[in-house]
Amino acid sequence: MTLRSVLLGMSSLFVIVSAAQAETLTIATVNNGDMVRMQKLTGDFTAKNPGIDVEWVTLEENVLRQKVTTDIATKGGQFDVLTIGTYEVPIWAKQGWLVPLDKLGAAYDVDDLLPAIRSGLSRDGKLYAAPFYGESSMVMYRTDLFAKAGLTMPKAPTWDFVADAARKLTDKNAEVYGICLRGKAGWGENMAFLTATANSFGARWFDEKWQPQLNSAEWKKALDFYVKLMKDAGPPGASSNGFNENLALFQSGKCGMWIDATVAASFVSNPKESKVADKVGFALAPDTGLGKRGNWLWAWSLAVPAGSKKSEAAQKFIAWATSKEYLALVASKEGWANVPPGTRASLYANPEYQKAAPFAAMTLDSINSADPTHPTVKPVPYVGVQFVAIPEFQGIGTAVGQQFSAALAGQKSVDDALKAGQDITVREMTKAGYLK
Amino acid sequence: MARRTTLPRKLGVTALAWGIGFLVFFPILWTVLTSFKTEAEAVASPPSFLAFHWTLENYAEVQERSDYFRHFLNSVVISLGSTVIGLVIAVPAAWAMAFQPAKRTKDLLMWMLSTKMMPPVGVLVPIYLIFRDLGLLDTRLGLTIILTLIDLPIIIWMLYTYFKEIPGEILEAARMDGADLWNEIVHVLTPMAVPGIASTLLLNVILAWNEAFWTLNLTAAKAAPLTAFIASYSSPEGLFYAKLSAASTMAIAPILILGWFSQKQLVRGLTFGAVK
Repeated sequence: MTLRSVLLGMSSLFVIVSAAQAETLTIATVNNGDMVRMQKLTGDFTAKNPGIDVEWVTLEENVLRQKVTTDIATKGGQFDVLTIGTYEVPIWAKQGWLVPLDKLGAAYDVDDLLPAIRSGLSRDGKLYAAPFYGESSMVMYRTDLFAKAGLTMPKAPTWDFVADAARKLTDKNAEVYGICLRGKAGWGENMAFLTATANSFGARWFDEKWQPQLNSAEWKKALDFYVKLMKDAGPPGASSNGFNENLALFQSGKCGMWIDATVAASFVSNPKESKVADKVGFALAPDTGLGKRGNWLWAWSLAVPAGSKKSEAAQKFIAWATSKEYLALVASKEGWANVPPGTRASLYANPEYQKAAPFAAMTLDSINSADPTHPTVKPVPYVGVQFVAIPEFQGIGTAVGQQFSAALAGQKSVDDALKAGQDITVREMTKAGYLK
Repeated sequence: MARRTTLPRKLGVTALAWGIGFLVFFPILWTVLTSFKTEAEAVASPPSFLAFHWTLENYAEVQERSDYFRHFLNSVVISLGSTVIGLVIAVPAAWAMAFQPAKRTKDLLMWMLSTKMMPPVGVLVPIYLIFRDLGLLDTRLGLTIILTLIDLPIIIWMLYTYFKEIPGEILEAARMDGADLWNEIVHVLTPMAVPGIASTLLLNVILAWNEAFWTLNLTAAKAAPLTAFIASYSSPEGLFYAKLSAASTMAIAPILILGWFSQKQLVRGLTFGAVK
């Protein structure tokens, strides 16, 4: 046997081996409980789809966002499925960075998706990302503390009631604070909460001509209310508290109320993690009677980047992960309470789910009452409840968030923070060409 | 006159040294302790130092969810690869600058160091595009190349400083004895500079092991080293400190052990030439 025939044999073997090799999807995601569960259940997908393998890249949210943005903007093609939120989808779809999801299959039942979530992920009637789990925000409160103070939480409280109750529940000597709210600076941290809250006070980020409105009376009222309330009834060091810090405070029994993502409901009512699991009640996010509640809308969603060469297989995966069958699969393995919430109407009609998740009805009501296309009392030119879906908002939101966080920490007055915020926004919007 | 060392002074200095040492080591100790707590205990306030329910469940969870060995292997290949290639380039470069300086050698050294002053994110997109076109994204080769390049200025600077301490006359004598350039560098200079080269090597392995910008941004699933392994345990919604600490402990353990065993070499090399 000559060297040539050995080489020839080896190369043909190589060709055969490569042809038999499965198509491998690279999926980028964040480390949230529901995503980790999906990762563990991948075997079900690969068993149903022989010929497709799955590789996971799990990263911290901000790292993931930076990396995925670099990859998608340069058409690097490193990823086949991306986990992105309702903020990115409209912007990226407009840029042509995402593939419209038109191959999800006949059995997918796209009409079962909750309308508020679906509209946030669509552009010109086409779905660009499928929701994996959706969330709004709501009030979580301690039923025992409310009973002790002789208070009754209404199903749909006003901000005045919440503020009054928070002050009454506060007992700083016992380290019990009436209300825990986000204060850590960031467009997705304090600004998510404050933008949604400002909506309920009648404020808006921009008028119809993209003129920044942080100098309006409504913003002043909202921020003033928040800073005073937190000073009287919030925990110390609140300006560095985000979702996780408040979660830890609430779970250890230090908050009378906490207004945050609906997904927190399953954490605070989980006896393994929470000291107050059996003493938690839920209510809609507060309002001021102007017709908008202070709740937001977010959906962690799966999308296919335009640079992917495996779009068809990627859509198969998305169809699997966001289907009704997937919800049933999670329920069969880990119980109905652990099913990813907030995406499908059929889940909320399911009596078994209603029984297992006492917060189900409140979550659905919260999601349904948020409208990303009409988020504010006065008209606005943008989409998004707790954000403005333009690329510049990440930078603006975080810079303004730092001002508001400083106001909460007492480093500057509310007026100064709003003025600085307005100046930053005007400067950035002028630079970006929205303002002349 | 020799300085008098009294007992109280000795004790005071020792206590101070231990105090500072403990302060420096404390974050690592806290990480290791946190890795044995439950998620609820990890965020409890006030935190408990030792009196908590010790558990290995975080390690079990991390083992179950991630392929530690693959990330570890990537880290080893990338950090050793970039260090060895870096040394192969830097030894001759530092030799030239230390023993055959030209008019602009100092400027050249400063310029090399100045490349370290640029924030890496400033060149992320161009490097990303080059990597994409060369097919180097998410490859160990690509990461080895980029880490070699970014650490090269430091390696050259360190070696240059060590080489400057070696009398040029010794090399001259070798030349007069008939040694060519290769023999001069390999058989005369290198053996004399072993402590310096060893500490440069160790320091560079540590730098490359811990590098977390390029290794995170240029990889996906295949070439991701331990930095990506750690990053995968931070969560925006849900408690994660205990699991993150377990992942961090597993990621830093190898380099900590390496540092422990080689600390004599490292200290000797770093203080080499410090006292004349």
